Amino acid sequence: MHKIWAIIKKDIITELRTKELFTSMLTFALLVIVIFNFAFGFAPGVLNLAAPAMLWIAFTFAGVLGLSRSFALEKEGNAIMGLLLTPTDRSLIYFGKMISNTIFVFITGLIIVPMFVIFFNYNFLDTLLPLIPVIFLGSVGFVAVGTLFSAMAINTKLREVLLPILLFPIIIPVIVGAVKLSTQVLSGESILEARSSLQLLIAFDIIFLTACSVTFEYVIEET
Amino acid sequence: MTVNQEKAEYDISAQAVTKTFGSFDALKGIDLHLKKGEFVTLFGPNGAGKTTLIKLLSTLAKPTSGSLTVAGFDALKEAGKVRASVGVISHDPYLYENLSAFENIKFFGEMYGVSDTATRATELIDLIGLGARTHDLVRTFSRGMKQRLSVARAIVHDPSVLLLDEPYTGLDQKGARIFGDTLKWLKSHERTILMTTHNIDEGLQLSDRVGILTSGKIVYEGLSSDLNNDSFKDLYITHVE
Repeated sequence: MHKIWAIIKKDIITELRTKELFTSMLTFALLVIVIFNFAFGFAPGVLNLAAPAMLWIAFTFAGVLGLSRSFALEKEGNAIMGLLLTPTDRSLIYFGKMISNTIFVFITGLIIVPMFVIFFNYNFLDTLLPLIPVIFLGSVGFVAVGTLFSAMAINTKLREVLLPILLFPIIIPVIVGAVKLSTQVLSGESILEARSSLQLLIAFDIIFLTACSVTFEYVIEET
Repeated sequence: MTVNQEKAEYDISAQAVTKTFGSFDALKGIDLHLKKGEFVTLFGPNGAGKTTLIKLLSTLAKPTSGSLTVAGFDALKEAGKVRASVGVISHDPYLYENLSAFENIKFFGEMYGVSDTATRATELIDLIGLGARTHDLVRTFSRGMKQRLSVARAIVHDPSVLLLDEPYTGLDQKGARIFGDTLKWLKSHERTILMTTHNIDEGLQLSDRVGILTSGKIVYEGLSSDLNNDSFKDLYITHVE
């Protein structure tokens, strides 16, 4: 745990200094929400149907920008090699990076949701609070796979292009689960009433976390 | 010699090590043995396999065939123990640009499981002469300062073996001199050191033994005391060309 915490602390200090991840993710998400707002703003019926999908489009595309930068920062000065030279189990490195990425993506989500609620005239408290666990569970599944693929793309020249191409087809179950759950929550159901969607999302989070932590070692090391 | 005797006598032992990338043979049967406390330098042209050899010894890559023992541990079966016993200094500093010198060394100390990392980081930063810049971000450092800080990173866990991969690359004369002094200090503290470099003057001056690695093979080995710069440069050109 000590080593995982050291990685998380290092990533948080770096982000507080550079603000690279938050700046890119929040700007992109805000732009997506504004564009959707103009596109669907005069059709309230369409808006209600499309709102959860719009939220997750803004969220995941912004998240990809952050994930892409996450391992790019490790590549500066080839610091990742220094990390791999330490006698640290590779799964601990994965969990350290995954947790710090989840924190960044989740915080971005927490900022996006109020903007989304304001832009699309949702009732603030009724919508915001139940969406927080949905955002968290969606973040975990999305980042679990994203961290693995971000590490995989680290040595490629086209990593910004490669990451979404690899990531989106794999995380479809998480996105579908998160969108379904968000739809139910936004239509006024409590999160416990939407149990089947919730269970689906938690199940995929566990599957992806387990599979990615096991395969990370083979992705990050040379053979 | 038995495996146990070999482990006791040598800190680095490579036997018939090969490494292949696709159809390219980067290393073609390397045999290399370094006694405890010995400083050996391997010279070689670009593409000779120097960096590949350092990667294998530091467990960052696996050999295609052959056996590797580092600090008494099998590099294939006991990679974690090898990593805990080895420090690597490369031409890249392997440091985080947006962390301070102190934060970097403290972080790597924590990853090596060092106790009281704050004290250890302060001691090492003072030792390499960067005490006045302890809390400055690494991105504000010169190339030479980063390289000295990478020495602190590599020895934060007090390893018995040091692997240096072309550490003089990009250093100016002053930086190379200061870095050379740091290596002399490391040598005087009974560490086993394997260095690869193009810098013949520094390599000969610091080493007990030297070798020439070219096209994936060690084609020459000799004692530094038997050689001077000019005679070794002639030897080097003969073997490499």
